[in-house]
Amino acid sequence: MNSVLKLILDGEALDTAQIGRILGLGAEAVDRELAALRQQGVLLGMRPVLNPGFESEHRVRAVIEIKVRTEGVGGFDAIAERISAFEQVESCYLMSGGYDLLVVVTADNLYKVAGFVHERLARIDGVQGTSTHFFLRAYKKDGFVVTADGAGRDRPSVSP
Amino acid sequence: MDSSGRFVARHVATLPKSGIRDFFAIVSKMKDAVSLGIGEPDFVTPYHIREAAIASLEKGRTSYTDNRGTQQFREEISRYVARNYGPEYDPETEILGTIGVSEALDILLRAVLNPGDKVLYHEPCYVSYAPSVTLCHAEAIPIRTVSADQFALDPAALRAAWQPGCKLLVLNFPTNPTGGTADRAKLEAIAKFAIEKDLLVASDEIYSELTFEGDHVSIASLPGMRERTVFLHGFSKAFAMTGFRIGYACGPAAVIDGMLKVHQYGIMCAPIMSQEAAVEALRNGRDSMLHMRDKYRERRDFIVRRFNELGLKCHLPRGAFYAFPDITSTGMDSMTFAQKLLEQQKVAMVPGTAFGAAGAGFCRASFSTSYERIHEAGERIARFLDSLPGR
Repeated sequence: MNSVLKLILDGEALDTAQIGRILGLGAEAVDRELAALRQQGVLLGMRPVLNPGFESEHRVRAVIEIKVRTEGVGGFDAIAERISAFEQVESCYLMSGGYDLLVVVTADNLYKVAGFVHERLARIDGVQGTSTHFFLRAYKKDGFVVTADGAGRDRPSVSP
Repeated sequence: MDSSGRFVARHVATLPKSGIRDFFAIVSKMKDAVSLGIGEPDFVTPYHIREAAIASLEKGRTSYTDNRGTQQFREEISRYVARNYGPEYDPETEILGTIGVSEALDILLRAVLNPGDKVLYHEPCYVSYAPSVTLCHAEAIPIRTVSADQFALDPAALRAAWQPGCKLLVLNFPTNPTGGTADRAKLEAIAKFAIEKDLLVASDEIYSELTFEGDHVSIASLPGMRERTVFLHGFSKAFAMTGFRIGYACGPAAVIDGMLKVHQYGIMCAPIMSQEAAVEALRNGRDSMLHMRDKYRERRDFIVRRFNELGLKCHLPRGAFYAFPDITSTGMDSMTFAQKLLEQQKVAMVPGTAFGAAGAGFCRASFSTSYERIHEAGERIARFLDSLPGR
């Protein structure tokens, strides 16, 4: 794996100058590497991972299971791409099993999610049914344990 | 006023305190210090291993075990050691589970040393070796290792240090604090000398999985050595299990039997939940161990390069997770350098002299910490060096 990418994926908060120094490259070389990764479509973007408890007091997140009919509507890709275009949609996956698409949405409140489901999703040709589940509490997000209570807190700062 | 000091035995009262204690006291009170002084993995024990300890408790397995450790624990150790180090040990008579390598070494010393016996060990080394020998009323004889040899033990230096009365040779490769290792040729020469002088060898191989260059060779695997070597190992470093306090000794039955006597009267047995977690580590911990080793290697490359860029000459440690830069270019001794760096830039490194006189002119920097901290320490050390007159 690309060394710059590997370091970013480790999840430490490092700027490009720090990454450059760690890898023995200049900051400009790291910038060039990141630009190339974006251009190749490898790196879609970089966002901080926030503790959901601090994201926003009023944001709600839901996962929606969607059953679709593919005949006459251009197949899974066409429907999934249409759904992905909505700004409320955080992520969208084609799934195996009891439903076809899994969509994660965020909105300001429960009613806005409900509105999105019945006014937007349900009207898309090919969508046969939806099942919406609201997130209540996060315990782990993007590899970070949200509820960690001080692992390593008692580790001595100097030891033999 | 407390006058109870008069009750403390002479050989304990005169034992110097670990040089690390003073530093710990200062650093622990500093709010924004960056510590490169941590001698343990910064990783939390892999979850599948922690889960094995939880499962052990859930099943109500909270009893004593056989003094030597559970049968399952010893059988897994036997398989692991044979597979990774070569020698085969009988779980019934040649393996003893202990409270880390610290206990294993302590009971070995107490089992084999008579008052006045002499013990050879290479310096710089882990802080407990010489004091543990002193506590047995025996004499510790250091053999100096040097940076030019990457702190490997020179067989000629071993021969020069030997004197009548030497009974035991303590080896620790890879070495804390230098990251020194010993290749097969060096170990063969050391083994030959041990046989010639009829020395028992205690080989502390706690960092052996964290070998970055070449293959680790255990002296116990060399011809004629299994019967005069006690192989000491544990789970703290490779599997990030320091708090579990679990280790083991493998060796010839009569020596293990002697150690068992000290162990059964002093300790009884290692905690059962730690033994069960250790079994999981031995069976399924390899992938997590390799992942951590890769991380250490990457951080090693960075910290060593950084020290050399800053003008603090630093050899590439071949194992463990410590860099040991030479700080003599600053004109300061190890303790002064470490104290001033801590006072002025709040970076903690352990003075090399905490690991014996042979550590003079060096400081130990652990890279068992995040890139972010190593980077920040590098920036602060650069500022510190810039502030010195004549640089």
